[in-house]
Amino acid sequence: MVTLSSLIVMVLVVSAVLGFISASAMFLIWWERKVSAHIQTRFGPMRVGWHGVLQPIADAIKLLCKEDIVPVGVDKWVWWLAPFFVTVPAVMAFVAIPFGKNLIVQDLNLGILYIIAITSTGIFGIFMAGWGSNNKYSLLGGMRSAAQIISYEIPLLISIITVLLFSGSLSMQKIVTAQAKYWFILNPSLFVAFFVYIISATAEVNRAPFDLPEAESELVAGFHTEYSGMKFAMFFIAEYTNMFTISAIAATLFLGGWRGPLLPGPVWFLIKTYTIIFVLMWVRWTFPRVRVDQLMGFAWKVLTPISLVNLIIAGWFILK
Amino acid sequence: MRQSKVFELIKLKFPQVSEEDLTKAVIVPQELLPAVANYLKGQDLSFDNLHCITAVDRLERIELVYIFYSFKNRQQAIVKVYLPIDAAEVESLTKFYRSADWFEREVYDLFGVKFLNHPNLARILNPQDWKGYPLRKNYTNPNLIRKP
Amino acid sequence: MKMSNMHSEQLCVNMGPQHPSTHGVLYLDLRLDGEEVVDCITHIGYLHRSMEKIAENRTYTQFIPFTDRLDYVASMNNNLAYVLAVEKLLNLDVPERAKYIRVIVAELNRIASHLLAIGTFAQDLGAFATPLFYCFREREKVIEIFDEVCGNRLTYNYMRIGGVQFDLPEGIDRRIKDFIKYMRPKINDYEGLLTNNPIFLERTKNIGILSKETAINYSITGPNLRASGVQWDLRKDEPYLVYDKFEFAIPTGKNGDMWDRYRVRMDELSQSLKIIEQAIAGIPEAQATVKAGRMIKPAAGEVYFRAESPRGELGFYIVSDGSVNPYRLKIRAPSFSNLAVLRELVKGVKVADVVGILGSLDILMGEIDR
Repeated sequence: MVTLSSLIVMVLVVSAVLGFISASAMFLIWWERKVSAHIQTRFGPMRVGWHGVLQPIADAIKLLCKEDIVPVGVDKWVWWLAPFFVTVPAVMAFVAIPFGKNLIVQDLNLGILYIIAITSTGIFGIFMAGWGSNNKYSLLGGMRSAAQIISYEIPLLISIITVLLFSGSLSMQKIVTAQAKYWFILNPSLFVAFFVYIISATAEVNRAPFDLPEAESELVAGFHTEYSGMKFAMFFIAEYTNMFTISAIAATLFLGGWRGPLLPGPVWFLIKTYTIIFVLMWVRWTFPRVRVDQLMGFAWKVLTPISLVNLIIAGWFILK
Repeated sequence: MRQSKVFELIKLKFPQVSEEDLTKAVIVPQELLPAVANYLKGQDLSFDNLHCITAVDRLERIELVYIFYSFKNRQQAIVKVYLPIDAAEVESLTKFYRSADWFEREVYDLFGVKFLNHPNLARILNPQDWKGYPLRKNYTNPNLIRKP
Repeated sequence: MKMSNMHSEQLCVNMGPQHPSTHGVLYLDLRLDGEEVVDCITHIGYLHRSMEKIAENRTYTQFIPFTDRLDYVASMNNNLAYVLAVEKLLNLDVPERAKYIRVIVAELNRIASHLLAIGTFAQDLGAFATPLFYCFREREKVIEIFDEVCGNRLTYNYMRIGGVQFDLPEGIDRRIKDFIKYMRPKINDYEGLLTNNPIFLERTKNIGILSKETAINYSITGPNLRASGVQWDLRKDEPYLVYDKFEFAIPTGKNGDMWDRYRVRMDELSQSLKIIEQAIAGIPEAQATVKAGRMIKPAAGEVYFRAESPRGELGFYIVSDGSVNPYRLKIRAPSFSNLAVLRELVKGVKVADVVGILGSLDILMGEIDR
C-alpha cells in the first residue's frame, strides 16, 4: 500500500537524484571544457561567471530555446523516443549507487547486476537514434555503437565477476563493506581487473579513444548528427551521466566506495569518482581514435582473454 | 641531356616531329602523340613522369603543352601538339600516365579539347552544365570584366 | 534461407562538400560495403575562382596578391614560385640579400605549413584538437615574425619581381634565432605526443601505401613523393635562389604509408630550421630590391618554372606575347595531382582511414580549384 508519507519520500528522493544528476552533468561539462582547454594551452570558457562556471547553464538555456528541427524522412516514433531511451537508463542506474553509508536510494541485493543490466539498455537508444535519423552517418554510428558495446560488455562483466568472487555479494553496500580491510585495487588480481574494467567501461560509454560512434572526423557527429536543441542536450546529459556511473562503479568496486578516513563518506565517494573521471578526460584529450576493426580486435583478442585468465587465477587464489 | 638532345632522339625515331624556334619544344603531329609518349616512357628515354598538361589558345590553333620528366635521368622534356581550334581532338595519354586523367579533364574543361579514349572525360573545375570553355580567348560571359 | 539469396547493398555516403575533415570544400562520393570503402569518386571545383583567366587580364605585378590565395597557408612559397617564374621570363637577377631573405621567409612558411599539416593530420586520426592546438601555438610565432616582416598574417604579398617588398626590419634576426631555439625542443614534444603513441602507430603504419611507381606515375610531388622513397627535392636537385649554399638533408620514407608521410614532414621541420639558421648567419648587408620598372613588359616567349612549395612542386607556365599582361598563365598546383591519387589509395580501407589518408596527403583546396 502506498501511503502519503512514502509517496512524499519517493518524490523527494527522485527530485534529489534528478537534481544531483543535472548538477553533476553540468559540472562535468564545464570541467571537461576546462580540462581540455588547459591540456590544449587554452583557457576555455571564461566569460560567464567565475572562470566560466555558469557556462553550462547558459548552454542549457540556449539549447532549450532552440528551434526543434525535425529532419525530413525521419522514422518519427523511433527518432523521438531515442533520446529518452538513452537518458532514462542512465538515470535509473543511480538507484543502486551508494553515495554514503546510508545514502543510497535502494540497496538492491542484486545491485551491481541491476546497474549493468540497466546501463546496457542505453544501446537501444543509440541504435534507435542511428536508425531513425535517416542519415547515413548516424546509421554508421549506430551500427558501430551496437557492435562496440556488445563486444566490450564481456570483458567488463568478467572483470566485475572477479570482484564478486572476493566480495561474495552482488549488493553494492556489501561490496563496500567487504573492502573494510583493504581496497580491492590493492589485490593483484583485482588490480588487473580494474584496468580491464576501466578500458571496457570507456568503450561502453563511447569515450575517446573509443568514441567511434560519434567520431567527428569521419562521421560528423555519429548517431546524434541530426539532433538539435533539447534532444541533443539529452544525449549530452546521458553521456556525462553514464560517465559518472561507470566511474562511480569503479570507485565502489575497486577503490573502497565511500570508505575513507576523516572526511564524511559522500565526500570520499565523490573525490574517488571525480578522480577517475579526470583520468578519463585526460585520456580523451591525448589519444588518437582507434579504428573499428582494431577496436573489435582489442576487445576479443586482448581484453577478453586477459580478463578470463585473470578470473581463473583469482578463483584459484580463493579456493586455495 | 638537354631538351635539344631529346628532340634529336625523337627526331631519329619519328622524322615528322619538328622543333619550335622560340622555346625549343618538340612539336608532335597530333596523330603521333600516343606513339611518341610510348617512346618517351620506354626504356630508351625513361620519362616516367608526366608532370603537367596544359594548353594555350593561339586563336587559330590550340597548343597542347606536355611536360614530361624523367626521374632516372633527372631531366625535363616539353612536347607540344598543335590542334586546329574547330576540331580540337587528340588521343588521351591515360593509358601511359595515370596523372594524365585529371590534367586532361582540366584542359577539356577550360579549353574544350576532346581527349579520345579518356575513361571519364567530364568537367572537373566548372559545374557539369557550364556553357563554353572559359580559357579560350573568344569566351564571353556577362560577369567577365576586362581590366586594362 | 540459402546464403546465395542474401545480398548486401552498397552504401553511398556523400562526404562533403561540408564535412569537418575534408580540408576545405571537397566532396567525396564514397561507396561503402559496411565499413569498407569500395570506391571513392572525388569531386572538386567548389573553390574555383578562375585565377588563370584573371591573370590574363592583370599585369604581372598585379597578379602577385592572387598567388597568395592559391595555397593560403604557404603564401610566401606561392609568391616566390610566381616571381621566380616571371624573373626567369625577364632574365632578371635579384640581389644576393633578396635571395637570402626569400629563403628565410620561404622556409619559415614551410615550417608553418607543415605544422598545420601535422596538426590536422592528428586531428583527422581522432586526436581531438590537442596536437592541432600545439601546432597552432608554434605556427603563431612564425606568423608574428611575418607580421613584423610584411604586415600581414595570412596573405603576405611580400615578394616583388626583382626582390622583396621591404627589407627585413631591425632586430628580426634576433627573433628568428629565438624562434629556432624555441622550436627545436617543441619538435621533441610532438614526437612524444604522437610518434611513440601505440594507437597512432597502429592507425598509420602500413595504411594508405603509395608505392614509388604509382607516385611517379600519378605525378605526386613534395613530401608525399619523398615518403614513397624517391629522393627528390627541387631545392637540392634543381637549386634556385641560394639553396645550393646550404647544407641540409632530404628526408625520405620507405613504404610510402601514412606514417612515412608524417615522418617526412616532421623531419623537414628540423631541416628547414637548419636552413634558416645558415641563411641568417650568411645574409649579406646590401640592397634588397632592384627596380624592375612599374610596367613589366617581357619579350614574347614561354617559360616553365617550378619551385618546391610545402605541398610539392608548384609550377608556373607563363606565355608572354610582349604585352603587359600574360598571354596565358598556367598554375601547376601540387595538391591537384596529390588529390588525384586518393581514389587509388582508399580502395579497400576502412572509412576511418579515408580521412586519415586525406589528411596525410595534406591537400589544400585553394590551389586545387584555383
